[in-house]
Amino acid sequence: MNLTLLILLPLITAIAILLVKNATQVKWVALAGASAQFILAIVLLFAFNKERANGNVSQMLFELQYKWFPAWNISFHIGIDGISVAMILLTAFVVVAGVLVSWNITDKTKEFYFLLILLSLGAYGFFISLDLFILFFFLEIAVIPKYLLIGIWGSGKKEYAANKLALMLMGGSALVLVGMLGLYFSSSLKSFDLMVLSKLHIPTEVQKICFPLLFVGFGVFGALFPFHTWVPDGHSSAPTAGSMFLAGISMKLGSYGCLRVAISLMPEGAMQYANIIIVLSSIAILYGAFATMMQKDLKYINAYSSVSHCGLIFLGLGMLTKTAMTGAVMQMVSHGLMTALFFAVIGMIYERTHTKQVNEMGGLLKVMPFITTVLFIAGLCSLGLPGLSGFVSEMTIFVGSWEHTDTFHRIATIAACMSIVVTAVYILRAIGQTAMGPLKAGYENLQDARWNEKLAAIVLLIGIVAIGFAPFWLTDLINPATELIMQKISIIK
Amino acid sequence: MPHVISIALIPLLPLVGFILLGLFGRKYFNKSAGFIGTFLLLVSTALALYTAYQYFFDIGKVNGIYQKLVPFKFTWLEFSKGVSIDMGIMLDPISVMMLVVVTIVSLMVHIYSLAYMKGEARFATYYAFLGLFTFSMLGLVISSNIFQMYIFWELVGVSSFLLIGYYYDKPSAVAACKKAFIVTRFADLGFLIGILVLSFYAHTLDFNTLIERLTSPASNEFKAAVGASFIGITALTWGLVLVFIGGAGKSAMLPLHIWLPDAMEGPTPVSALIHAATMVVAGVFLVARLFPVFSMSAPALYVVTFVGVTSALFAAIIACTQTDIKRVLAYSTMSQIGFMMFALGISGLGGENGLGYTASMFHLFTHAMFKALLFLGAGAVIHYIHSNEMKDMGGLRKYLPITHISFLIACLAISGVPPFAGFFSKEEILLAAYHHNPAVYWIALLTSGLTAFYMFRLYFSIFWGKQAHLHGEHHGEGGFAMMLPLLLLAVGAVLAGFIPFGHFVSSDGAALESHFHWQFSVAPVLIGLLGIFVAMWLYKKENDKPAKMAASLNGIYQTIYHKFYFDELYIFITKKILFNLIGRPAAWFDKNVVDGVMNLTGNTTQLISEKIKGYQSGKVQQYALYFLLGIIGIAALFIYVWK
Amino acid sequence: MPEPGLYHLLFISAALFFIGMFGFFTRRNLVTMLMSIELILNSVNINFIAFNKYLWPNKMDGLFFVIFVIAIAAAEAAVAIAIIINLYRSHGSIDVEKAEELKY
Repeated sequence: MNLTLLILLPLITAIAILLVKNATQVKWVALAGASAQFILAIVLLFAFNKERANGNVSQMLFELQYKWFPAWNISFHIGIDGISVAMILLTAFVVVAGVLVSWNITDKTKEFYFLLILLSLGAYGFFISLDLFILFFFLEIAVIPKYLLIGIWGSGKKEYAANKLALMLMGGSALVLVGMLGLYFSSSLKSFDLMVLSKLHIPTEVQKICFPLLFVGFGVFGALFPFHTWVPDGHSSAPTAGSMFLAGISMKLGSYGCLRVAISLMPEGAMQYANIIIVLSSIAILYGAFATMMQKDLKYINAYSSVSHCGLIFLGLGMLTKTAMTGAVMQMVSHGLMTALFFAVIGMIYERTHTKQVNEMGGLLKVMPFITTVLFIAGLCSLGLPGLSGFVSEMTIFVGSWEHTDTFHRIATIAACMSIVVTAVYILRAIGQTAMGPLKAGYENLQDARWNEKLAAIVLLIGIVAIGFAPFWLTDLINPATELIMQKISIIK
Repeated sequence: MPHVISIALIPLLPLVGFILLGLFGRKYFNKSAGFIGTFLLLVSTALALYTAYQYFFDIGKVNGIYQKLVPFKFTWLEFSKGVSIDMGIMLDPISVMMLVVVTIVSLMVHIYSLAYMKGEARFATYYAFLGLFTFSMLGLVISSNIFQMYIFWELVGVSSFLLIGYYYDKPSAVAACKKAFIVTRFADLGFLIGILVLSFYAHTLDFNTLIERLTSPASNEFKAAVGASFIGITALTWGLVLVFIGGAGKSAMLPLHIWLPDAMEGPTPVSALIHAATMVVAGVFLVARLFPVFSMSAPALYVVTFVGVTSALFAAIIACTQTDIKRVLAYSTMSQIGFMMFALGISGLGGENGLGYTASMFHLFTHAMFKALLFLGAGAVIHYIHSNEMKDMGGLRKYLPITHISFLIACLAISGVPPFAGFFSKEEILLAAYHHNPAVYWIALLTSGLTAFYMFRLYFSIFWGKQAHLHGEHHGEGGFAMMLPLLLLAVGAVLAGFIPFGHFVSSDGAALESHFHWQFSVAPVLIGLLGIFVAMWLYKKENDKPAKMAASLNGIYQTIYHKFYFDELYIFITKKILFNLIGRPAAWFDKNVVDGVMNLTGNTTQLISEKIKGYQSGKVQQYALYFLLGIIGIAALFIYVWK
Repeated sequence: MPEPGLYHLLFISAALFFIGMFGFFTRRNLVTMLMSIELILNSVNINFIAFNKYLWPNKMDGLFFVIFVIAIAAAEAAVAIAIIINLYRSHGSIDVEKAEELKY
């Protein structure tokens, strides 16, 4: 399996979008491209499993390496392990759903879809790159379209939100860049290659400096407290597909980077700062949840709950146990799917009621059963109902966190567990006010979901249920990869 | 070994019903949904009865002791070596008994709803939810893994939420379903942490292994669990108490009971199924499932006893003043579950000491019959009169003869009048209490007197007393579909007591002979009859005695009528503390401080650029001057500093 | 009268440089400023010639540079005058103070 396909396919789609004439063609081309990506991702999953089943135990599969800029030892080095496959699958699901949900964009359709596909290109590239330089390259590709998506097609305080988001993310990338260069110049081989760097022993002093730089840098993307403030404004102003991509994919770029670059390259640094990460993420989990409780705008509710849920990811990473780390990766996938679904549904509701304020809605179950049912399922997934993906990932994180015996970790775990109650409170408040209760006047003639919206929701639901009902395929995928990372850490312990 | 597929089908058939009706019900089966659901459950029930027969009379017993069989399990989610969620089936006396109870009550409710819910717009959805609930409850009882139980525990919670909120356009129903879910969720947090604690020490999540490791004093796991302590209490006790909190939440024990009365907002058959007979006993079942471990920790059992006995008394007192018939039944459920709880709490493990355990399970079994009957009867009354309030009822015995008789049987059963089912099980509980803890015995005796009183208050207010004003059209008793379950359950309420329960269910699996002491029974039966006569005196004929009594007890009466102000307390905690003291400051902090810092960074940058932009003046000569000065400066540096 | 040496030439060059500098800073007329720049360039030329002659008499590098500078100065003058003419057309003046739109 040639991994460059993952980059070429979006590229070809993007170019094709630029070439075709009218909006209808643009949409169909985008949908065809997204579906092709989707199929490719599924094929990749099976190819990967087959290769593993054949006994290939090397850390990365399907590796490819081309010289790119030999003078500085930069090479186009790509390859995947289980974690990357999981993230690629997530991206593929969200992209298809995002393309379908945006079917009604009439303003600058071509540019909109072009940017969406470009964003997916950046995400795929990021998830498969094994060279810090091209990793950074794709990270930046994934940032710029977001600025335009929010600034042009957004709503509300869109200029402010777009600026804030782009500046904070750029600030994050700047930290990443500095940390990356630090690693490059401190390593004796002067290499950006992740595989090479992970075999070297990076001096402890360097790790002490570079780890926080890289972790915080990626943490800004992943909504690490207190660098999460772009999340609420960014999400609430973005167009539906923009929010979906932002929460479903972009935030995962950050947490993936934290794991792939910061923790797996610098285990000593990770040990050094683990407690700080745990404190920050525990705060984020509870504080995000409590802040959500007070929100009245559906998009803000989901954005703040994302802060809380992403806190769980960082908690899982910070615990530095294999179970918790697996849980963190599962949470990335699960949260990506769930939150994308949530935003998709919010977009559908907004399009019909023209409001995002929960207290202006009520009884929508009567007029749009499909949409509200999906909203309900997304909510249940968010509050960790068994059978949906949220449950397995959260429980894995909790069990993994509990493996530590000291009081500090115990308290952090209990605090994290408490979030499941608060989550239930805000999710039920939101759903109770929007979907249930007497139907508000003026909403009697609203239409239920159209085919494209139904399809988008179903695609994401399939992902959520597939993980929720049969989590073992995902853990089997992720476990070998986290095991390798943990080996490095346990050697130091 | 039993046939795995036939057992697995017991929970899976209702799930099939849920998926089928949930996805396609509204479009294709809105009329036939009831029959599809009922048929699937009928098959389930038959399979459950077959399994019970097979287990109790064929394969279950080895050397006179009922075994815990795990005919099937597979690893669903592996956390780490040895610690994994397995999906499996575990057959032991209590799970098999629960299979029977759940399927039978559920089947009755399915049949009953055919008539009761007829003509509802979301008829198919209703049956889908019933299927989901039945699936989750059956999955819960056959769990072989504590985390599997937690999974179904949560599913049970959500299906209860869906069914309470079935009339979703009624704000009170919405509030009730939210309350039920959140309160039980809060309790589940305890359960979850309890699981984490126990599994951490036992290094397993599997019930059998966990019980085995935590009950043998010689094992390393047990030593570790007893050795570790937090604020002077051992980890084992902590784990068990936390697990019990989960059970107390589902079983509506004090102080987590507040959701149960409100849960009556759901359709009445649902109340019969979930909030009377099956789901609310999940907490009792959980304690019974882990009973061997509980018996290793006296403090944990003490907590169970204390909570059980206070809930029983407390709920019985409140039930005496409520006027909504479903609420009376709800509090009576809570009181009876309190009986089951403390019966477990005072029980020991094995032999005669284990009488409390057997009694508790026995009471669970008989209670399911007569409580379901009471609720379905109440449903028939409500169906007829279109009101839940006692003041709208009276003299209905002429109009609803079958309902009347079956309701009377259920009332006699719950009051502990021989030879009805409740008599035998309650007797055993009292006997066990008498032997182990006299204080508990006296409170329980008082409570059973109160039980008889409020049940007959209910009975006389509905079927006797003043004549209700009947207006509009009335359509008889609701037909065969509603009467059949009443009759069947009435038969159950009469006969269930004669089952030699101790032979099948006991704390150690060996048969337990139940000794019947008629001398002992005199006191409970007398106090029960006393309660009945007081109720008759007060409520059989319309009079002003009750009102006078209420007036003379004004302060106390009001306190009880307002359920000891528990709801107000909870509202205070959630509204004032959670929302105003935590939520609002958190939101404010985020908007102003965290966001403020980010904006401040932006603003500072802007401010600086505002200040220095003057240097870009557009005047060429000024630039040249800076340029010159720069060169001079650099030259100076090279000459004097860097040489 | 002694033979003029390196120092004399350097003195002339420095003087020319500062005259040019002075002109550049004080004049407002763009043409005069251009002329001042020419003076600065020529002072550099003199420097090149002088150092070439006195330090490395048998090399030609300095001379090449001078020719180079003269060529560039010519090109620069052509471009600068073109700009000045355009400026005059648009502003009606070649006062440098008046041409200050290119700022923040």
